[in-house]
Amino acid sequence: MKKKSAISQVLSMLGGLLIVLKYTFKKPATIRYPEERRKLPARSRGRHYLTKWADGKERCVGCELCAIVCPSQAIYVKPAANDPEDPHSHGERYASDFQINMLRCIYCGYCEEACPTGAIILSNEFELSGYTRESLIFTKETLTEKNPGDSGRDPTREI
Amino acid sequence: MIEVLIKGIIVVAILMGAAAYMTFCERVLMARMQLRLGPNRVGPLGLLQPIADGLKLLCKESFQPVGVENFTYWLAPGISLFTALAAFVLIPIGGTVYIWGHPVNLYIADVNAGILFLLAFSSLAVYGVVLAGWASNNRYSLLGGLRGTAQMISYEIPMGISLLTVVLSAGTLSLPEIVDAQRDHWFVWTNPVGFIVYVITAFAETNRAPFDMPEAEQELVGGYHTEYGGMKFAMFFLAEYVNILAVSAIAITLFLGGWHGPGDIPVLWFCVKIIAFVFFFIWVRSTLPRLRYDQLMSFGWKVLIPVATINLIVTAYFILVAP
Repeated sequence: MKKKSAISQVLSMLGGLLIVLKYTFKKPATIRYPEERRKLPARSRGRHYLTKWADGKERCVGCELCAIVCPSQAIYVKPAANDPEDPHSHGERYASDFQINMLRCIYCGYCEEACPTGAIILSNEFELSGYTRESLIFTKETLTEKNPGDSGRDPTREI
Repeated sequence: MIEVLIKGIIVVAILMGAAAYMTFCERVLMARMQLRLGPNRVGPLGLLQPIADGLKLLCKESFQPVGVENFTYWLAPGISLFTALAAFVLIPIGGTVYIWGHPVNLYIADVNAGILFLLAFSSLAVYGVVLAGWASNNRYSLLGGLRGTAQMISYEIPMGISLLTVVLSAGTLSLPEIVDAQRDHWFVWTNPVGFIVYVITAFAETNRAPFDMPEAEQELVGGYHTEYGGMKFAMFFLAEYVNILAVSAIAITLFLGGWHGPGDIPVLWFCVKIIAFVFFFIWVRSTLPRLRYDQLMSFGWKVLIPVATINLIVTAYFILVAP
């Protein structure tokens, strides 16, 4: 390889200086995080929600497909038969317990894809932290949305 | 006598404050150059950051590694800071001003061999680096100290030669007289090569990027100040920043017309020029990568010294023979 001449080397150094000067007046790529927040893409994956139908029934039918597909085995589902008088879900079964270990979850979204009723979805909330390991194992109470549609998913949607 | 003492205390106080805020300016500017925000948490716009840093360093545990040479270990930061501050004894930051009808010269001392004094003190600065490296009883520190010594000694020579051209054109060694000689035209216009050589050697003398071999973080942990912490470490850093101010002040005094400028306002133009120089130092640091050690030495000996020498001979020819 031919060695660059001394003059072109010096010129390239000066060119570098000018490029840095140009960048000095650009808008910084970082933001003041807790005060300013970036708007995440609508389909970015954060914590899970268990959604409900518009009539307030749980969508989850306790099929355990999410627990099976989960590559990091973060999901535990304990299914139980619905009481026909007062059913929790539209199916025969419902999840009497549903736990997700947020420390193991890799937010791949396979559970969302596997779910036949669209019960488990991944929301945009990414600020998950806690002081103990136990507090990051989300239980059914934490995961289930309080009112239909709270998680951002349309409760009238079929799947 | 009292006047000199007062001026000395004021200059030291200003230099310390300026060095502290230079760290802040450097962090913010470098952050902006890298599209980051930089420190903005402590106080409005992060302006109290240097004070927080200083408090943190003051409150640190004063540790000392096993096997250090006690006396030199404690002396080295002092030498660094002292030699950096000492250069400002000579820098004229303005002409004579009248305060309550009392004439005050805006320099602490007018030594008739001022440039020699400056060169002597910038050479002494190497002792801080080499003693710190040697006394720390650590291989990385020693390597940093050795690199610092070799680098500072080799770059001292072209620096001295480039300053000699100024002495030749001004016909005096005293700094206020050199500034007066530049009332009409700055020496940078008649002697640009000398100025460029001086600026390059100034980067090497202050151990700043791209010549920060003695403290090359990626290879030597921290170089000569690896084993220093708390206020001793802070003294090395104060010394580094005061040194930047010192070499900028020397460049301004010798090449850029000192405190002269439109309107001849005493302190203003000096400050403007120093700020421009400091910005240049930060700008270069965030742009240029560190030189390899052998490149550094061969650049100093094979390029800078011949260029400076030829420049000296040409200047001497024009001053002694041509007119």
